[in-house]
Amino acid sequence: MLALERVGKTYPNGVHALERFSAEIGQGEIVAIIGGSGCGKSTLLRAIAGLDPASTGKVSLDAIAISAPHEKIGIIFQEPRLLPWLSVADNIGFGLSDLPADIRREKVAKALARVGLAEKAKAWPRELSGGQAQRVAIARALVPQPEVLLLDEPFSALDAFTRRDLQDHLLDLWADTRPTLILVTHDVEEAVALADRVLVMRPRPGRLFEAININLARPRDRNSTLFDDFKRHVLTSLDRSLDRTVPDAHGRSDQGAAMWW
Amino acid sequence: MGMTVELPTTGQIEAGTQVAPLARLRRYLRPLLGLLLPLALAAGWELTVWLGFSSGRLVPPPSKVFATIGELARSGELSRHIWVTLWRVASGFALGVIAGTIMGAISGYWGLARRLLDPTVQALRAIPSIAWVPLFILWLGIFETSKVALIAVGVFFPVYLGVMGAILSVDRKIVEVGRIFRLSGPAMIRRILLPAVLPAYVLALRVGLGLGWMFVVAAEFMGASEGLGYLLIDGQQLGKPAQIVAAIVIFAILGKATDWLLEIATAPLLRWQDAFSRQAGGA
Repeated sequence: MLALERVGKTYPNGVHALERFSAEIGQGEIVAIIGGSGCGKSTLLRAIAGLDPASTGKVSLDAIAISAPHEKIGIIFQEPRLLPWLSVADNIGFGLSDLPADIRREKVAKALARVGLAEKAKAWPRELSGGQAQRVAIARALVPQPEVLLLDEPFSALDAFTRRDLQDHLLDLWADTRPTLILVTHDVEEAVALADRVLVMRPRPGRLFEAININLARPRDRNSTLFDDFKRHVLTSLDRSLDRTVPDAHGRSDQGAAMWW
Repeated sequence: MGMTVELPTTGQIEAGTQVAPLARLRRYLRPLLGLLLPLALAAGWELTVWLGFSSGRLVPPPSKVFATIGELARSGELSRHIWVTLWRVASGFALGVIAGTIMGAISGYWGLARRLLDPTVQALRAIPSIAWVPLFILWLGIFETSKVALIAVGVFFPVYLGVMGAILSVDRKIVEVGRIFRLSGPAMIRRILLPAVLPAYVLALRVGLGLGWMFVVAAEFMGASEGLGYLLIDGQQLGKPAQIVAAIVIFAILGKATDWLLEIATAPLLRWQDAFSRQAGGA
C-alpha cells in the first residue's frame, strides 16, 4: 500500500506548490489525479517518485519511506524520454542492466511483443512515431515489474485516436501484473475511463479537493449514460475546486470540457 | 495505426528503386562538380605558362609543383618532413585533447569548479595563441617541446569549450531517466552523460584538429630544421615558390585526410544520429 501522509512541498524559490496531501492507495488500484494548472499534481507525482522529495509529510510504500527513486516505483513522463543513442530494445532493457544478458534479452523481447513493436527492436527512437515511442516508454517502465507505476500526463502529447488506443493498451498491460497506477491527467474522460478513484485537486497551494470513486465495471463503455454521469460529476467538482459557477445538473458538460482539455 | 505508418514507407522505397541509377549518378557527380573550378584554373594557368604568356616564376604551374613534390619524395626528404610534422600535430593534439577534456569535464560537471576555473580559461583564450611563442621558446627551448606546447594550446580551447558546453547542455529530462533507474554516479556518467555529449565532443575534436594543423605551421616557423613548415620558410628564403606551393598542397591533403580519419573513426559511435539525418534527408 502506498501511503501519503500530509505531503507538502515548498520549492527553494518560495513557491508553495502542495499542502497537506493525504491519501492511501491500495495495491493494484488505479488512481487518477486531476486539477487545474498549478494545483501541484506533477509536484505530488515527483514526490512519490522520489525525484523531488516532499518538504513536509511522508510518502511510504509498504511502510518504507520514499525519499529517493525506488526500484518498486516506475514513472512515465509526458514525453517518452527514450535515450536516442540506444536502440528500441536497449531502451526497454535500460533498467535491467543488473540481470544476465540472456535473461534481459528474453524479457525485452517479451515486452516488445507485448506492446506490439517486435519488428521495431533494432530501430532508433528517432524512427518511431509519437505513439510508438510512448509504448516503448511504457514497456521500459513496466519491464522491471514495478509495484507502483506513476504516469505524468502520459498521453497528452498524442492525437485523440492514438490516445484512446494507448489508454486501452495501458489497461490491458495493467491486467498482466496489476501494479498500482497513479495517473496525472487534464483529461476528464481519460480519468473516468481508467481510474477506480479520481482525486480532484485545487490550486494555490495544491490540495486535495475531492475524491470520487468510479464504480464502473471494466471494460467501460465510454458512450453509456453512467459514464457520462461520472464525467459530469468530475467536471462539476473541478469547477467547484476553482470556485467557478456550477453548471446546472442537466446541462451538458461542454463548457467545462473546453476548460479542462 | 500500423497502416498509416507503413504505407508511405513502402511507397518511398518503390520510388527509390525507380530513380536509383539517376540518383546514384547524381550522388557521384555532385562532389566532382566542386573540383571543376580548381581544375579549370590549374589547367588554365598551366596553358598560360606553356604558351609563354607568363614565366611562371613566382606562381609556378601545376606541373612544376608536382615535379617538385616528386623530387622531394625521391630524395626521401618529403616523407621525413611529413613524419616530423605529423608527429608534432599528433602529440600536440593528444596533449591538448587530454587537458581540454579533463578540464572541460570538471568545469561542466561541478559548478564551483566552473566559477573558479572558467573565467581564467576564457581570459587566456582571448590571448592570440601566437603571442605565446616567445615565452614558450624562453621556457621550453627552441626544439620540439615548445612546438608541441603551442599546438596543444591551440587544440585545448575548442576541446575545453566543447566538452564544457556539451555537459552543460545535456537534457535534464534524460538525466532524470537515469535517476529513476537509480544509476550510480559512475554509471550515470558512462550510460547517460558520455553518450549525450559524444556528438558535440567529436565536433570539438575536429575543430581542435583543424587548429592543430594551423598551429603546427606557426610552430615550425619558429626555427625548425625539418617539417612541412620548414619547407615553406626554406622555399621563401631560397626563392623556390614551387616548393612553397608543394608544401601548401601537402598540408591541405594531410589536414583533410586526418579530419576524414577522425570522422570515420567516430562514425560508429554516432550511428544513431546518422540514422536521423539520413531519415530527415530522405523525407
